[in-house]
Amino acid sequence: MRGRPHLHTSYSSDQALMPTTTKKVVLAIFLVLAALAPIASSIPFYPDFLGHNDWMKILSHVAVFGIGALGINLLTGVAGQVSLGHAFFMGLGAYVAVVFGSPPGDLWGLGLPMWIWLPMAGIIPAIVGLLVGPAAVRVRGLYLAFATLGLVFIGEWAWRNLKFVTGGAFAGRRFPDFQWRVWKEETPVVDFASDGVWLGFEISEEAKVYLLMLGFLVVATLVAKNLQRTRTGRAFQAIRDRDIAAEIMGVDEFRYKLTAFGISSAYAGVAGALFASFVGRQIPETWDLFLSVEFIAIILIGGAGTVSGALMGTAFVIVLPRLVQDFTEWLSGIIESGEGTLAKVADVVVAISPDDGGVINTIPGVGPGLSVFQLNQILFGLLIILFMIFEPLGLYGIWLRIRNYWKGWPFTY
Amino acid sequence: MSAANGTPLLEVGDISLSFKGLIALQEVSFHVNQGELFSIIGPNGAGKTSIFNCINQVYKPQQGSILWKGESLMGLKPNQTAERGIARTFQNIELFAHMTVMDNILSGRHIRMSHGWVAGSLWMGRAKREEMENRFKVEDIIDFLEIERWRKYPVGLLPYGVQKRVELGRALAMDPELLLLDEPVAGMNLEETEDMARFILDIQDELGISLILVEHDMSLVMDIADRVMVLDFGRKIAEGPPSEIQSNVDVIKAYLGTTGDAAIPEFG
Ligand SMILES: Nc1ncnc2c1ncn2[C@@H]1O[C@H](COP(=O)(O)OP(=O)(O)OP(=O)(O)O)[C@@H](O)[C@H]1O
Ligand SMILES: [Mg+2]
Repeated sequence: MRGRPHLHTSYSSDQALMPTTTKKVVLAIFLVLAALAPIASSIPFYPDFLGHNDWMKILSHVAVFGIGALGINLLTGVAGQVSLGHAFFMGLGAYVAVVFGSPPGDLWGLGLPMWIWLPMAGIIPAIVGLLVGPAAVRVRGLYLAFATLGLVFIGEWAWRNLKFVTGGAFAGRRFPDFQWRVWKEETPVVDFASDGVWLGFEISEEAKVYLLMLGFLVVATLVAKNLQRTRTGRAFQAIRDRDIAAEIMGVDEFRYKLTAFGISSAYAGVAGALFASFVGRQIPETWDLFLSVEFIAIILIGGAGTVSGALMGTAFVIVLPRLVQDFTEWLSGIIESGEGTLAKVADVVVAISPDDGGVINTIPGVGPGLSVFQLNQILFGLLIILFMIFEPLGLYGIWLRIRNYWKGWPFTY
Repeated sequence: MSAANGTPLLEVGDISLSFKGLIALQEVSFHVNQGELFSIIGPNGAGKTSIFNCINQVYKPQQGSILWKGESLMGLKPNQTAERGIARTFQNIELFAHMTVMDNILSGRHIRMSHGWVAGSLWMGRAKREEMENRFKVEDIIDFLEIERWRKYPVGLLPYGVQKRVELGRALAMDPELLLLDEPVAGMNLEETEDMARFILDIQDELGISLILVEHDMSLVMDIADRVMVLDFGRKIAEGPPSEIQSNVDVIKAYLGTTGDAAIPEFG
């Protein structure tokens, strides 16, 4: 069998979650590296910057949005139902979490432990999803997008007005910390919300939170992947590709669309709760249309319909703005530090003072030029268009090409 | 070839179907016996596909009855007709284009599995067992249709003839009692047509599945059908064994628009 490494000799090996050894190894290495990131500075040769606390935050952000992306991917990528309601269910999950998890006070709060508020943040949005779902899933295509768009506006209105839950417009409220309690005891069993020492390693609060988020992401990924490769996932895909044929093959279209809607809402709710708690404070304006669109962008860029695509898209969309920011800061640094061609070029690109011209404006609200935020939005817009034209499978498609290239290596056919 | 207890497998009684004034079917009656290969022919727009859509309850006929083993199919959802044991292939291929050959055929096993999303998402118990078992069934079908080499390809990328086979495979995976084939050899060359004819006969003889075959290829129909029904403008104009149909004057009229004195050239 040498020289034919990718033949599967039994159906069960063929069907395994990670069919090839290469995939297993790559994934294992990736997970180990991901898990070791927090103690990076004490490991020789480990990319040092990853251990910094603000990178921990970015990676946590990726993990949390990754969970959200897996949810929208199930509904929109796998089952083919374009929904703009994701932000609504994320907000709902966040506010369910805050009511269950935050201590009682001026605003509603029951002060219950995380093992209650986190599952609730999934269960209640799923129930709401199943309640509003029947109206939504009866309409198709763009109409569904419009119907779910309505949800976002209703949500925004509700979040602004339900002050005793949300803290009200532009004020917001604090969200429960990541602390593991059995019940309401004073000192948590595991405290993710302060620096400490784990297994002899000094570990920052940010690093702890990151590890926790990574754990949740791994679970969410396994569930999504399993779902997608079994009966339910095939039914979703069948509806996406050919709804009438799917029904004639025995798939109860209504029921499966509703299932997709419910599961996706649960993912959104959990992601929303984790996001709110991870940031610490959220205002009602967070859960707006832009957030929904961001998730659609994530799966379009990553490659709709695949778990790996959803995760790659998330990493890309979260990390890119950060890179843009670092890049402009670096350019600003060059301008300030002196002369030379590079500094002149940088001067044309970024504006660092109000009377200074430049394509990118680092002082928001002053002068012409684009703010970093606007620049990011334009970049996303361009990327989505480019991916739709050149690589409909998104980043996942690019990865497939690379993999297929290496599969045949050293032969080029 | 009637069923042991005398009830036909499928009995369609006087169904009429119209779309906003356009009459697609007018009081059409026929029956299909257990184990039979029944064929429906007729010119374009005669209503052949509409009959399939009525049986599947995608279209709801305004009048008439459709009995499956003596029980009405009327008012069921399309997926419930599948659960009863009716499978189908389509005139214009309706495969799940982004899924692999394997997954397409596995999706035909949907009604023969029972695990839900919870078991599936945890890859536990019944989900794991059913997925494994059904995988074997699907491999048998893949062998039968000789499409082993395409197993892992997304069907959208495959040649037309292969897609037609995969679609047949997906229908067979449902373990149906009745298989509706809508123009299975349309657009195929002679060799592919002969392969398909062989598969159809094997399905009838070896798997014991009853069939309704809609097809424009007259030589194929006349060769393999047990009985033939002819539709024209939504009405049934003839029914009988192939030999009778070939010499039926109304049929010749429907096809040629005149009372030609020669038999239709395409006929066997
Ligand atoms: N969904 C629909 N809406 C409106 N009219 C329809 C619909 N489906 C079928 N028809 C009409 O009903 C008539 C019968 O169509 P049908 O598709 O059953 O014909 P057919 O015999 O299968 O023809 P062909 O050989 O071209 O496939 C046609 O006039 C067609 O235009
Ligand atoms: Mg037709």
